[in-house]
Amino acid sequence: MKKLLIPLALFLMLAAFLYVGLSRDPREVPSPLIGRQAPAFSASVLADPARRLGRDDLVGKVWVLNVWASWCGACRDEHPLLMAWSREQRVTLIGLDYKDQRAAGQAWLADGGNPYADSLFDPDGRIGLDWGVYGVPETFVIDKTGIVRFKHIGALTPAVLRERIEPLLRQLNG
Amino acid sequence: MAEIQASKTQHSARLQHTHTRRTLPGRTTAALLCALLLSTAAWCRDAAPAADDPALEARMRALASELRCVVCQNQTVADSHAALAADMRQQIRQQLAAGQSEDQVRAFMTARYGDFVLYRPPFNDRTALLWLAPGALMLGSLAGLWGLMRRRSRLADAAFEPDSDLALEPEDGPNPDSARASSAIRPL
Repeated sequence: MKKLLIPLALFLMLAAFLYVGLSRDPREVPSPLIGRQAPAFSASVLADPARRLGRDDLVGKVWVLNVWASWCGACRDEHPLLMAWSREQRVTLIGLDYKDQRAAGQAWLADGGNPYADSLFDPDGRIGLDWGVYGVPETFVIDKTGIVRFKHIGALTPAVLRERIEPLLRQLNG
Repeated sequence: MAEIQASKTQHSARLQHTHTRRTLPGRTTAALLCALLLSTAAWCRDAAPAADDPALEARMRALASELRCVVCQNQTVADSHAALAADMRQQIRQQLAAGQSEDQVRAFMTARYGDFVLYRPPFNDRTALLWLAPGALMLGSLAGLWGLMRRRSRLADAAFEPDSDLALEPEDGPNPDSARASSAIRPL
């Protein structure tokens, strides 16, 4: 009986490791930014090269940073959801036009609608690098004191918005 | 494709009139080879050394080869053709050129992408199991093996399979095969 228990225990251990290991998404790299001050930036605004927007301009309000680009396919899938969400006016939504051309980015917003209060223009991806961006689209939630509270990698879904982001926004605004 | 098609038809046309068999296939092959070489050159442009300073480039390569590309996760930043890896190499180059140390650049990358970018993760409470498990497994197996050997060394001779030259005598005792099979189970 004891002879049987040892292989069984080994098998169960292996199964448990595989169960946990295989159910994780290796594409989701945990961000070291969560719980830390948002990286500083000062970028020209997509719509107007002469106007600049920096991190410190946004201190005092809860805001959401959505990284997008005109060349990004998944951003196109996410876009209608962001449009609908921005109409509910729950939060200041800032875009980051990542490694894009200004004309292409502007045309994309003119075409599909602009859900963003403003979009930062990041042609060489330097701001994106500071934010640890590696797969567009990505979405961050930043609290009133400028601390990053949440990050989502990939296109937003209604479930992520309703179950993760909105409760967090209520808590941060409350 | 159109080019190949054109040269093929040209080729067969020539074959009917003259007998210059070898020139055209040769030319087509050469053209294909050129196209291949050119296209590889185009792919490789990202990874080609861009700095004028070979020593700096070597330091950048060494550092980049121990960083993981977060886009194509099983490649190093040095090997990857992803645009992000190119950005990261450029960043490493700039920072090393500005006089930053390797450790400072590593800290810069981990502050943005986490310990995940390091192929050699640091030892901390989250990675303790990762670092210690192989040694613990090794020690555990050795202890198990030692215990088993001690237990077996104290068993009586009767618990073991007889030596084969004794067991092979057919008249006394049972069939050596069945004896081996039963004694193989007993000592465990």
